[in-house]
Amino acid sequence: MRPNRTDGEEKMTATYSGIAPLLAMKGIRKAFPGVVAVSSASFELLPGEIHALVGENGAGKSTLIKILMGVHRADAGEIILFGSEVAFTSPLAARRAGIAAIYQEFTLVPTLSVAANLFLGRERTRRGLIDARQEYQQAVELFKRLGVVIDPEALVHDLNVAQQQLVEIARALATDARVLVMDEPTAALTPNEVEKLFVLLHELAGRKIGIIFISHRLDEVFKLADRVTVMRDGQTIATTKASELNRNQLIELMVGRPLESEFPKMPAQCGEVCLEVRNLSGGRVKDVSFQVKRGEVLGMAGLMGAGRTEVARLIFGADPKESGEIRVDGKGTDIESPRDAIANGICLLTEDRKSQGLVLKATAKDNFALPNLESWSRVGFIDERQESRRFAKHVGDLNIRIAGPDQLAEELSGGNQQKLLVARWLETNSQVIVFDEPTRGIDVGAKYEMYLLINDLAARGKAIIVISSELPELLGISDRIMVMREGRIAGEISDVRAATQTDIMALAT
Amino acid sequence: MSVSKKTTSRVALAKLLRDYGMLIVLLVLCLLFSVLTISEQHPTGAAAAKQTVAEITKTTDRSAGVLIVGRDDDEDGQFSKELKSELASLAYTNVRVVAGDPPLIRTMLEGLVDSASQYGLIVTTESFAPIVRTIISELPQLSQIRVATPPSYRWPTFLLADNIRNVANQITVIAIIAIGMTMVIITAGIDLSVGSLVALSAVMVAWLVGQFGGETASTWAMILAGLGAMLLCGATGAFSGLMITRFRIPPFIATLAMMQVAAGVAYIISQGKPIYHIPDSFIWLGRGVEPLLKIPYAVILMIALYVAAHILMSRTTTGRYIYAVGGNAEAARLSGIRVSWVLFFVYTLCGVLAGLGGIVMASQLKSGAPTYGLTYELYVIAAVVVGGTSLSGGEGRIFGTLIGAFIIAVIQNGMNLTNVESYTQKVVLGLVILGAVLLDRLKQRGFRFRGA
Repeated sequence: MRPNRTDGEEKMTATYSGIAPLLAMKGIRKAFPGVVAVSSASFELLPGEIHALVGENGAGKSTLIKILMGVHRADAGEIILFGSEVAFTSPLAARRAGIAAIYQEFTLVPTLSVAANLFLGRERTRRGLIDARQEYQQAVELFKRLGVVIDPEALVHDLNVAQQQLVEIARALATDARVLVMDEPTAALTPNEVEKLFVLLHELAGRKIGIIFISHRLDEVFKLADRVTVMRDGQTIATTKASELNRNQLIELMVGRPLESEFPKMPAQCGEVCLEVRNLSGGRVKDVSFQVKRGEVLGMAGLMGAGRTEVARLIFGADPKESGEIRVDGKGTDIESPRDAIANGICLLTEDRKSQGLVLKATAKDNFALPNLESWSRVGFIDERQESRRFAKHVGDLNIRIAGPDQLAEELSGGNQQKLLVARWLETNSQVIVFDEPTRGIDVGAKYEMYLLINDLAARGKAIIVISSELPELLGISDRIMVMREGRIAGEISDVRAATQTDIMALAT
Repeated sequence: MSVSKKTTSRVALAKLLRDYGMLIVLLVLCLLFSVLTISEQHPTGAAAAKQTVAEITKTTDRSAGVLIVGRDDDEDGQFSKELKSELASLAYTNVRVVAGDPPLIRTMLEGLVDSASQYGLIVTTESFAPIVRTIISELPQLSQIRVATPPSYRWPTFLLADNIRNVANQITVIAIIAIGMTMVIITAGIDLSVGSLVALSAVMVAWLVGQFGGETASTWAMILAGLGAMLLCGATGAFSGLMITRFRIPPFIATLAMMQVAAGVAYIISQGKPIYHIPDSFIWLGRGVEPLLKIPYAVILMIALYVAAHILMSRTTTGRYIYAVGGNAEAARLSGIRVSWVLFFVYTLCGVLAGLGGIVMASQLKSGAPTYGLTYELYVIAAVVVGGTSLSGGEGRIFGTLIGAFIIAVIQNGMNLTNVESYTQKVVLGLVILGAVLLDRLKQRGFRFRGA
């Protein structure tokens, strides 16, 4: 406790709202070997406030949160929680002090039940044994309060991603936290579930809980947040009321330069039909037929679980199809594996780059080379000169920012990882390029580049499918949007310019 | 600036340790055991003769008679023969060789008492010198004759050519199998059956040689028997691979089962007894040495296999696919790689190499017994892990494994030379394996000692 402090910052804080903040971080600095992650950051959270923390990847948001949660220790600066200075040495200590965090990566144990996960580390016991009945009842009450329908006895790995996210939130709330940190909580949720979550968060804010909300989805920031703090290059640039900013102003603050337009869409120059899918069925997907022309960008919309990713995986041969026909450039194919699909000029950029796209511990060049090695090799021996030459060419063409061909894939930024994967598929001479959530987890500047790249690919005469849960993005970059519901095509929007998010949602639900 | 400088040097140190850490450990061990085993070395055989000549020319007249005394065996025979011809070429005319057991030597020396004045020098080997001296002390007529031995020198026992050859010989079997194991572990798998495959292969090759005529089997028959044994082991490995890829049985379980099966089959074929009916020439692979530098053929084979495996892993598509499958099998599959084929290949190859290891062992021991290769899988895995290959897959180097195998062999050999008890050796070896894995973990975390 430092009751006699009189520095200017604190006075300003006090005059802003007249209430004492739950949390104040001042002059935080943190350097790692070779890089200063946070150079000067200040952040304040009031009771009942939803405070968005935004910035591009690498701006220092995660580091700041990790310092708050006791994962890292700040080199300088102070953290004042509930009026007293703190410095947590572990996430557990932070949790005990009343801060709960929900990270992008889930921290649930998939093989345990929902109830067991909710009470993990603080099990309800009776005479030294776990009181499963009590846990069950408390879980039911908790879910009821949150308006969530999940069976506490279900195993976590049987839940879908959205349900797991809700369990994660419920667990945070079960600890009676007064500060809730949410890192991209909506990344895996459908619009419907996002709505529910927002209602829930407003209700929590009404109970004087302070919420720190980190998101790349700016429309959510505007919908939800009371105040916004923008971080750039390790510094907190500005803190303002969300209502005093518009979207473009916020983006400009984040990237540090004026932005011309968020979606640089070029009108399509459609050519011949390139991909034709007839009566495709398999798994959740039922009787799906559609076409994509060369030069066209087909957007694919739908709620989570509507079968969009499944369609992509069936086309790519990643999952076995039950029936249906896939034709490329008018020729029938017999695709039973990704290998066959690649040979037919189809490629898939998966939604999860880390687990399905890249070999993280391998170099950028090796990742680029993986599907192309056979075309560069003679009797199994790789022509490494050709490999390096092709790699250098694509790195230049796509403006991939890497330290060198031997940099590990895991060290690249999300945008550059995505470009690296595009490069490898261009090298295999893919004609049909399927993007599953191409901009998930990459920041605003890199998103813009991704859209330019998609335009460019379309202009080169590729047939492109983009699956996305971000409706503004779909509306901004597609020539045509196909909406899926429960494994079937629910409808199509051919005049994208005149369409709105509501039109898509009407078809999707 | 000092921070970044410190960081740079730390990064450089970490890189050095990552790339050459185990090599440095190996060199330090070699240095340590060299220092610990420095002692008087007494040359024997032809080499001893050459060094003794210089000594004789300095101290003894050409006119004086020289008596060369030694046992009647190969080593002393070479010594005597070489020395006599050298002395003859230097115009020593009165050189006489006496060879035999101590009682015989005594009789012969007693017979020389009358002509004692002819002789000025008795040359004998280090191990025989005390006996000669005793005999002479009992025969006063001979007491004025000097007794010379080959000059000794101080040198580490560890670094004697014989000892190094010995270390290399000891690890060939394990090192050959470890090539296959490295590939399996890089795919994030494990093969527990290799120890049993050594027994199966040794028994199989011995049994087949027996079928082809036993002691009278021709060279071609032995080659055929060896190929047969490797084929059988390759098929066993392929079967494990099939179970793992087709039915998704975890590698640990599939190969654990095959370990039992292969061991059982080895006992059935041999009916539980060692098989000895093998031609003498069968030991060519295991005990033969090439004439120039006296490098054992098995060691040459091992080195050739390592070079080939290194090229496979670094220069071919198959090698890249092995790394990719271990790094992220799903990403590899979605890149169009036939993951099942890659896994099938590495388990088959691991089986074939275990089979080859068994043949080398049968050749070294000139027999095939179902008890061979017991717990070898653990030594092989240890060599791979000590060599820096990560058990979580995707990372590892072939030559790292060779260094790992050498580290284990050098520690064992060094402890033998320094008279460490065999029970203590087990404790030390266990700690070394633990230390290697610990080092691996620490270097992955950038040498931070706090838990993550």
